[in-house]
Amino acid sequence: MADPIAQFQIKKIVTLGHIGPYEIALTNSAVFMIAAVVVIVGGILLATRGQTLIPGRLQSLAEITYEFVAGTVRSTAGNEGMKFFPLVFSLFTFILVLNMFGMIPGFFTVMSHIAITGALAALVILTVIIYGIYRNGLGFFKLFWPSGVPLFVMPLIVVIEILSFLSRPLSLSVRLFANMLAGHITLKVFASFIGLLATSLGVAGWLVGILPFGMLIALTALELLVAFLQAYVFTILTCLYLNDAIHPGH
Amino acid sequence: MTGDPRGNSGDDLSGRLRRLDEKLDAREAEEMRKQPAPSANAADRSGFSGGLKLSGDFVGGVVAGFAVGWAFDKFTGWSPWGLIVFLLLGFVAGVLNVLRSIGALRKPGERREK
Repeated sequence: MADPIAQFQIKKIVTLGHIGPYEIALTNSAVFMIAAVVVIVGGILLATRGQTLIPGRLQSLAEITYEFVAGTVRSTAGNEGMKFFPLVFSLFTFILVLNMFGMIPGFFTVMSHIAITGALAALVILTVIIYGIYRNGLGFFKLFWPSGVPLFVMPLIVVIEILSFLSRPLSLSVRLFANMLAGHITLKVFASFIGLLATSLGVAGWLVGILPFGMLIALTALELLVAFLQAYVFTILTCLYLNDAIHPGH
Repeated sequence: MTGDPRGNSGDDLSGRLRRLDEKLDAREAEEMRKQPAPSANAADRSGFSGGLKLSGDFVGGVVAGFAVGWAFDKFTGWSPWGLIVFLLLGFVAGVLNVLRSIGALRKPGERREK
């Protein structure tokens, strides 16, 4: 059986040099990230090149994406959250395009590595903390100070609230990474069942192999949904956290 | 473009576009008020991703507690007490996260519904 984990291997393509003991190399992961950025930027530039009142296909795609992300930001973080629109839009399109790349057979799934999702989550949470303190000063820490709690349990509650806050980037990154990893392993395992049945059972195997094949088709559809949903969940959680930075404790 | 054949009060294309924009904005604002903000819970309907979300929330709390406890021990040298206490508190934070994300508890910022 083909190794279901082999698809996530990072491969060096070109070694660019060394910084101290660390090798800086262009990997397959980096190549896909660059490709995603090229597709996003190129696609949007192409779509908005000849702006017409009645949009063409590409232009309406760009407009729908804009409206969708703008609506998400406005409804969760308010109009003030719109100053973070560039960040949120970049995150959404970056994750979405990379997840969709992952659905193409033979392509690398960048978001199946916790290093990448962790870096994105760290970016979000650092933005929240820095902007929250910049905008509200010490008032930002009201986030950890729930109202209407007796004073003698307050130290405990504050520590728990801080831990709960610290766990946000962790669950944010783990959610995206685990979904992509688990989904792609499932796809690979079901796909390898077909080959396994066909080689071991002959003609009967070909017939029985129809079952995992049908399952594989259904799973592919589900994975496409998950690829979109996880990009959306990451976006909406980013907006919710930014909302906390803008209005801590209301 | 002032001489509109249908006599549309004589305004040009840009004037009409502006009015349409205003109307659309007003309508959008109204719709925004009507529908409640979509929560992250509504975003993932499939049970599988729901399970992953909750387990992520819970494990996140425990891992955060572990990290803080470990760092605490490292700096104060009170090993293993920091790890024990913060791991337990992290467990509590994980349960709190899960309760919040299924909507059983309100967030610290939210006011009580009257």
